[in-house]
Order: sequence, then C-alpha cells, then structure tokens
Amino acid sequence: MSIVRQAVQRSLLLLPFVFSLSSPLHSETVARYGISMADIPLTTGQPDKGAGAYQFTGHTIYDPLIAWESNIGTRPGKLVPGLALSWKVDPKDNKKWVFALRKGVKFHDGSDFKSDAVVWNLDKVLMDKSPQFDAKQSAQVRPRIPSIASYKAVDEYTIEITTKDVDALFPYQLPWFLISSPAQWEKLGRDWNKIASQPSGTGPFKLDKLVPRERADLVKNVNYWDKTRLAKTDRIVLMPIPDAMTRANALLNGQVDLIETPPPDVLPQLKSAGFKIVQNVTPHVWPYHFSTYPGSPWTDIRVRKAANLAIDRDAIVKLMNGLATPAKGQLDRTSPWFGKPSFDIKYDLKAAKALMAQAGFSTSKPLKAKVIIAQGGTGQMLSLPMNEFIQQSLAEIGIQLEFEVVELENLYLHWRAGAKSDMNAGKGISAINLGYVTADPFYALTRFVDSRYISPNGVNWGGYNNPKMDSTLDTLRGNFDTKVQDKLLAEVHQTMVDDALMLWVVHDTNPHALSPKVQEFVQAQHWFQDITTLRMK
Amino acid sequence: MLGYFLRRILYAIPIALGVTVISFVLVYLAPGDPLNAIAPADAPAEVIEALKSAYGLDRPLVAQYGLWLLRALQGDLGSSIASGRPVSAEVFSAIANTLRLACVASFLGVFMGCLLGGIAGYNKASWLDRLATTCSVIGVSVPHYWLGLVLTIVFSITLGWFPAMGAGPGGSGEWSWDLEHLRFMTLPALTLCVIPMGIITRTVKALVSDMLEQEFVVSLRARGLSPFAIFKHIAKNTAPTVLAVAALQVGYLMGGSILVETVFAWPGTGFLLNTAIFQRDIPLLQGTLLILCMFFVVLNLLVDVVQPLLDPRMLRT
Repeated sequence: MSIVRQAVQRSLLLLPFVFSLSSPLHSETVARYGISMADIPLTTGQPDKGAGAYQFTGHTIYDPLIAWESNIGTRPGKLVPGLALSWKVDPKDNKKWVFALRKGVKFHDGSDFKSDAVVWNLDKVLMDKSPQFDAKQSAQVRPRIPSIASYKAVDEYTIEITTKDVDALFPYQLPWFLISSPAQWEKLGRDWNKIASQPSGTGPFKLDKLVPRERADLVKNVNYWDKTRLAKTDRIVLMPIPDAMTRANALLNGQVDLIETPPPDVLPQLKSAGFKIVQNVTPHVWPYHFSTYPGSPWTDIRVRKAANLAIDRDAIVKLMNGLATPAKGQLDRTSPWFGKPSFDIKYDLKAAKALMAQAGFSTSKPLKAKVIIAQGGTGQMLSLPMNEFIQQSLAEIGIQLEFEVVELENLYLHWRAGAKSDMNAGKGISAINLGYVTADPFYALTRFVDSRYISPNGVNWGGYNNPKMDSTLDTLRGNFDTKVQDKLLAEVHQTMVDDALMLWVVHDTNPHALSPKVQEFVQAQHWFQDITTLRMK
Repeated sequence: MLGYFLRRILYAIPIALGVTVISFVLVYLAPGDPLNAIAPADAPAEVIEALKSAYGLDRPLVAQYGLWLLRALQGDLGSSIASGRPVSAEVFSAIANTLRLACVASFLGVFMGCLLGGIAGYNKASWLDRLATTCSVIGVSVPHYWLGLVLTIVFSITLGWFPAMGAGPGGSGEWSWDLEHLRFMTLPALTLCVIPMGIITRTVKALVSDMLEQEFVVSLRARGLSPFAIFKHIAKNTAPTVLAVAALQVGYLMGGSILVETVFAWPGTGFLLNTAIFQRDIPLLQGTLLILCMFFVVLNLLVDVVQPLLDPRMLRT
C-alpha cells in the first residue's frame, strides 16, 4: 500500500513538470505574411524593390536616424526620432545639420551603436573607395539622399552632416537611410553576401532564416530600444507570392494569415469567408504625366483641364471593387500639403467638352495623342482595364488616345529618359502612365515641378518649367519652420493642380486581406508600414 | 558502337557553343535595362553609369560574352545582379525543385500516355479510342494556367485536400519524399503532366495501331503467340520512338513551366526565369538558360545513346 502511495505522491510531484512539457508557458505566436514581391528584398541594410520593401527587410531589421511614424493609421505620420534623438541645423551655416544620437542602443550582434557606425554606413553607400562600399546598397539609397555633401563624427554620440545646398527638407530623406552593424560585417569576413543571411541592425526584428524567393523568418527583438514598438508577434514569416490570385488562394486555404494587394475580383469571396479587408489613405497616385514641350498635344492648359474633367473616377473605383479613392490632385485631400487649388477636379463632361471646344477640338475633330503605358506591375493597379476606361472617356470629349504598351521595366527607361528624348518624342509619345509614390515632399512634389530636375537630371518628365514654382521651391528649401514648409508645399501642390500638370485619376489604398486569426494590424497612411503592430489571436 | 557514341558527343559540342551564343545574345535583344534590377526607377544618370561600370555592362558585347564564356567554362556563372547570390547556386537550387516536380509529372504523363495510347491503339475506332483521344486532345489544348487555378479552387480551397502553393511547410530547402511534402506537389504535378500525357497518348496510339497492321504481327499471330507475347513485341518496337518523344517532354518540363510554377509559387526554374526576365537580371537569365539548354543537349545525347541499345538498326544511321 505504501508503495502505491509513494508512487502516487511521486506522480503528483511530477505533474507540474509533465504539464510544462505538454503545454509550454509561452507558445510562440506566428504570422505568415504573403507579400507581392517575387523575392525577399535585400536584407543587407538597404532593401531593393522600392518603398514598399522597407516594411519587410528595412524598418524591421534596421533603424534610420530619423524615422517615419508608421504605427498610426488615423492620420498621416510625421518625422520622429529614430537612432537620432534630435537634430538641428547650424544657425551659422544652414548647410550643416547636427544629430544627437541615442545612447545605449545595441546592434543585434551585441556591438554598440555610436557615431562611427553612422559614418561607416554613409561611407558604405556614398564612398566608393571605402572597403565596405556596396554597389547594390548604394544604388538603392544614393538617389534618395541626394543632398548629402559630407559628414563627420563630432564625438561618440554626435554626427554632423553637410548638405550640398541649403535644404530645409533634408530630414525627409533620412528615413530611407538605414544603419547596419560594422562589427557584424567584420565578423563575417567583410562579405555582404554572408550578411544577407545573418544581418545585424538595431531594429525590432532579427532575421532568423532566409530561403531566397521562398521565405524570410523575422523574430522579435526582445531587447529593442523603443519599448513602444516592441513586436506584438514573436515570429513573422514573409512569403513572396507574386501572383495575386495565388496569394488570395493561399489565404483562403489557410497557408498564410494576411496578404498584400488582394485581387479586386476576389474581394466578395474573401469577405463572405470572414476575411477582413483593410485599406487606408496611401501616398500613391495613378496619373498620366503630360509632356509640356512644344509640339505636345498637351501644351494647351484647356486640354489638360478637360482631360481631368472627363473621367468618372467613381466608376474606376467601382471597377477596382473599392480598392482606390478618386484623385483630386497629386495628393489625397487629407494631406497637409493639399492646399486649396482653384481647379476642382471632378467628373464634369459638359465643362470638359466646352474646354475642348475652346481649344478647337471635338469628337468630329479629335485631338490625337500617344501615351506609353505598362501592361501591369507594381503600383500600376489594373493597368490595362483602367487605361481602356480612360481611352473611352477621353474619346467622348474628342481626345483620341493611342497606347504604346510595354513592360514596366521598359517603361522606367522611357520615364528616366524624359519626354523630350528620342525614345519618347521621337515616337510621338506625349504622356506616360506610371504610378507615383507620393510619400514625402521630394517624392510627391518637388521632383516633378522643379526645372532643375527636368530629365535627364531628374524625373520632371514633361519638362515643366515655371519660374514662380522654382522661386517657391527655393524659399521652401531655405525655410526651417515646419509650419511654413507645410504652407509652401501646399502652394506648390495648388499650382500643380491649377496648372493641370497631370491627369490625376485615382489613389491606391494599399489593401491588405487579413484572416480572422489576425487580431490587430495598424495600416499607416504610407508605404512604410510598421509590422510590429501585427498581433495574432 | 564506340564510334557512334563519340560522333554523337562531338555533335553536342557545337550545339552547346551555339546555345551559349544564343542564350547570351537573346537576353540583350529584349528591351529593358538590367540595372532596373538594382537601381530605383528614378536613379540619376550618374548612379546608372557607376553601376554599369561596376557590373562590366559598359564593355562591348563581344568582350562581355568572351568574359562570360571564359568564366562559365570554369564553372563560374557570375552573380545575380538583383540578389548578389551566385547564379550557379540559384540555378541548381531551382533545378533541384523543378527536377522533383518534373520527375513526378513525367512519370504520370508517360504512364498515363502509354496506357491511354495503348488502349486507343488496340481498340481503334471504338468508344475507348474516342475517349482516349478526347483525353489526349484536352491534355494538349487546356491552358496550364487555367487548369492550375481550377485544380486549386476545387482541391485546395473548396475541399481543402492539398496546399494551394509552395514546396513544403518549411520551404524547398527542407524537402523530403514524405506524404506532407507530396501533398504540396500533387496539384502542380497534375497540372504539368497533362501535356506530356496528351502528346504521348497520340504517339503511342498511332504507333500501336500502325504496328498491329504490320505483317510481322500477323505472322506472330499465325504462329500462335499469346496476345501478351505479341504485346511485348509491339512494346519493344514502339519503345525507341516513345522514348525520344518522352525525353523531349521531360526536357520541356525541366525548363519548368513558368505559368505553373508561378500559379503554385513553386520555386523552380520557371519561377526563377520569370523573376529574372521581369528584373532583366542578365547573369541569372543567361546562367539559367545555359544550364537548361545544356540539360536538353545532355538529355538528347542520352537518348541517342540509349536508342541503339533498344534498336541496333539505329547504328546504321
């Protein structure tokens, strides 16, 4: 009997241990994220594949000096301190910016983040003679930080960056520039290819596993310096699924928990199956960018305005099953830089026809124009159906469009070359349809309207040259008061709209489809999304 | 015999060289810029020029080809412009994935094709013949992309029997031939096997029905051989042609169906080629095309070697 009692007692003593084995105190939460890219973006520091890639291998593994507030969805984000606690321009020399760096931050490999790491990273992308220079990373970020002329470490936690010209908008360039660990690079034999699978940044996630073109496992960095941005999911598995229908199927089948950009046709099925569609105001516009060079059919502002008034944007939104919002200009109406344009972009066929008549055109005497478009691709939404819609709409007011359809990669060549180039003007192309990211002042506005950025010096594709606009931009660059900056940017946008520089059609809403297992996901009004906000049930 | 084999191997050398020229030149004929793979769309001219120089793309085409061929002969296919990873590692990893899929799809296609073709050939002009021919025509005609989607909707989403995409729960790197992984392979393999099945059905049907009318079969029957014994004779006589057709089909499957691998996100050569084409990743594209073409060349060489073993008359040609 005593033997039996002893056995029972021992068993009872062992029970907690047995239970601890069978039901761990903390089971790992995992979110499987079907992303629209064909491969995992570069993990070495500066992601490739555009702005949308920063949410995956950019602001997850790494941090910038100045970050973009991306964990809020109810209003546009703003610049917030990242690895720099504060920044200010030198009052004596407005080209000099001084950054006070955050103390006590460590890279994932345990090394300390100090000013020498910032200099090392700037050399990595700007100094092609430095041993750590990486052409791929440089290509990604160099165009995004064009203002930097020089830099130096003042002390362990202070950095000074000098810009080429006075540029009050310079801080907006810095969320693109991410800091990776010099110690890890040394440890892995100064080999960027090895860094790709064992990267080390200071970000809220660490890379645990990388299978090219198949998956990247990001695990929570429990020691992350910003406790307000600690990841709410232990592991996020990024799975590249470039085909939209395959992504939707994977979600419906339960192989992933959320996907980017569900195809519009599948939305009713997803909704009826209990999946949630989230979308938000997104800095993106789907326009026709007009050439304003002599000889272009779009040089007459009445024609440009008529085109803007001839499009029933609500019908296009319907075509997209609600995954778009009508454009009233380059920016969404809620943007602080929208301003108060006098030209109200809306669907007004009568006014459009009247403007065309004033310009000397009608359906019986149509204006002919050739537009280069992509057959599809990132940011192009439903390119072909939408373009056909525009073609039919403009035909109603006497604009006869002809399309030159190319692949997106080829379209970029035509874009970089500018409207005046042989490959465009030489072939009669007078407008280009390309989805634009409009995330910050440079990307949204200045690059398209500054005469200094006329192609090939930039992407002022149509050759827009307005001395008044240039003067406003000069004032803007020299003014360090953010309220004044916002006011001036609103002026820039107003002028753009009043000049009908483009035919603005719709804004993308960057939709995501979430399975019922996803409890929380904050979709920021930006291409930079903060996936630390992703919480699973 | 040895002379025949050596002759075949010698023939393969100029073919292989031609393949390298074509695979190199073709990718340059397509519009687009390889630097799109790494440079942002709005990269200024100075960045583009610096990159061209860094990747050797500013050299004359002939010089680029020469360097590439020299390195390729030493087993170095360079690095992918987009990812920086060695092309050979990328291609061989993708080939391993496609090979698994192609083997299963080929087995299914050849087996089903021989079965249906044999039935149709033995039952010429009967309803069995018409049924087999219908299956064959459907197999050859149905678009892969459409079939893949239909199979996914039915067997993956509606019935939930098979995964909709991917090459295993942990990715292709953890592949093993167990039930869990075979579930991932089922739908892509079924989608891929229909074309070889259709083609082989038609080939076998034509050969068998033709063979059955030949004098040697009549004489075999007259000598009182059993139907199975006659079937063995017919099988042996049809085998070289079926083998040649099957090898071509295996070759096509090895190229990976871009559409099928895209629909099922199967990380094989088709998926890799698709990525390389859209990114204009020239080293990756050249490397993949070269390896796949060489695979074709070697496969045909093997068929040339095996065929005389099945039919010694081939040695006379």
